Amino acid sequence: MERIPILRLRDCLLVTIQVDMHDQLALTLQDDLTELIVRHQARGVLIDISALEIVDSFIGRMLSNIAAMARILDAVTVVVGMRPAVAITLVELGLEMPGVRTALNVDAGMRLIERALEEERQAGHGRSKG
Amino acid sequence: MTESSLTRIPELLRQQQQALLTDWLDRQMSSSTLRPDLIREQDLREQSRRFLSLLAEAVAHGLGDHIQGDGYRAVSEFLGELSRSRANQGFSPTETATFVFSFKETLFNHLRDAWQNDGEGLADDIWRASTLIDRLGLHTVEVYQKGREAIIQRQQQEMMELSTPVVELWGGIVALPLIGTLDSARTQVVMENLLERIVESNASIAIIDITGVPTVDTLVAQHLLKTVAAARLMGAECIISGIRPQIAQTIVHLGVDLNEVLTKATLASAFQIALKRLGGAILTPDSQRN
Repeated sequence: MERIPILRLRDCLLVTIQVDMHDQLALTLQDDLTELIVRHQARGVLIDISALEIVDSFIGRMLSNIAAMARILDAVTVVVGMRPAVAITLVELGLEMPGVRTALNVDAGMRLIERALEEERQAGHGRSKG
Repeated sequence: MTESSLTRIPELLRQQQQALLTDWLDRQMSSSTLRPDLIREQDLREQSRRFLSLLAEAVAHGLGDHIQGDGYRAVSEFLGELSRSRANQGFSPTETATFVFSFKETLFNHLRDAWQNDGEGLADDIWRASTLIDRLGLHTVEVYQKGREAIIQRQQQEMMELSTPVVELWGGIVALPLIGTLDSARTQVVMENLLERIVESNASIAIIDITGVPTVDTLVAQHLLKTVAAARLMGAECIISGIRPQIAQTIVHLGVDLNEVLTKATLASAFQIALKRLGGAILTPDSQRN
């Protein structure tokens, strides 16, 4: 079965969506990602959608849901590389993904995760690392 | 109109072309709608001659009900060309159409001579000629109007492009000074331009300056919020600057919620905050002394 690969980079998970998403693929990704966050105790999730050209309301909602789930599992989630057309479509669909962090590219996204984790560590209310 | 009566128009146009032309030109020269300031007599003569010869060819194929047929292609193309060039020269639509309509009187006079005492045949032919020339005249007006519309459309397009420049203020900071009223179509262009430039210049902060926007109503505010949301989705933060006192009042009175968006009164202060976000600052001699 077709799957979107999830890479582990230190305590972060990297999801790069290289194909156009269809509904089943999005559902599988949702399962896999939540599973892996718990298994690896991942602190950060980076979802790169720079190759994604077409979104519909379902995929938009799935993206938003995946990000929200990752956040509930206490992983800093960043969606990076959204194309202008996709951003406009999502806004028109009313899916503004409140609370989801975004960055222009993977590099900026990783820095954002690092900074967020750093802040958490300093604030001292982050989950103690086992 | 009886179908039985034969038309003498093609025959007349073929045989008496020269006489028709001379007559018609006399009329055009003495007409009040002649514009000697816009067109030379020689050109008018040439245009009239070509029109007559093309028309003669066209009617030889039959007096069709419409001028879109193959036989009329040459004459309607010629008229289209003429109409476009006259529109560019500054003729009014009436003056342009009069070129064709002025031929009516000449043609009718010659038809009267051709039919002599046959009233019925004359009436039929006058009807046919009248319909034909009306169609040709209307075609001229239509092309004239289309030409004008094309000009308007091009200007609108140009204005749209001109009015939405995205400028890079600093590495990572772009600014979009908006001028003029925002409607849905313009917002779409503005939004796309801004987002494209954010990607191109890798900017993490975009400043939308609305100093030049005369009024902000709920729709404009909605458009602005959409742009901000789309930029945020892509990973860039938006700052709205240049909010004039009256606009601030209007926004609050309308109950538009701008709490989610960072707003600044001037572009300068927006730029300062943007630099600060990127870890920079502007140092003036004053601030160094302090």
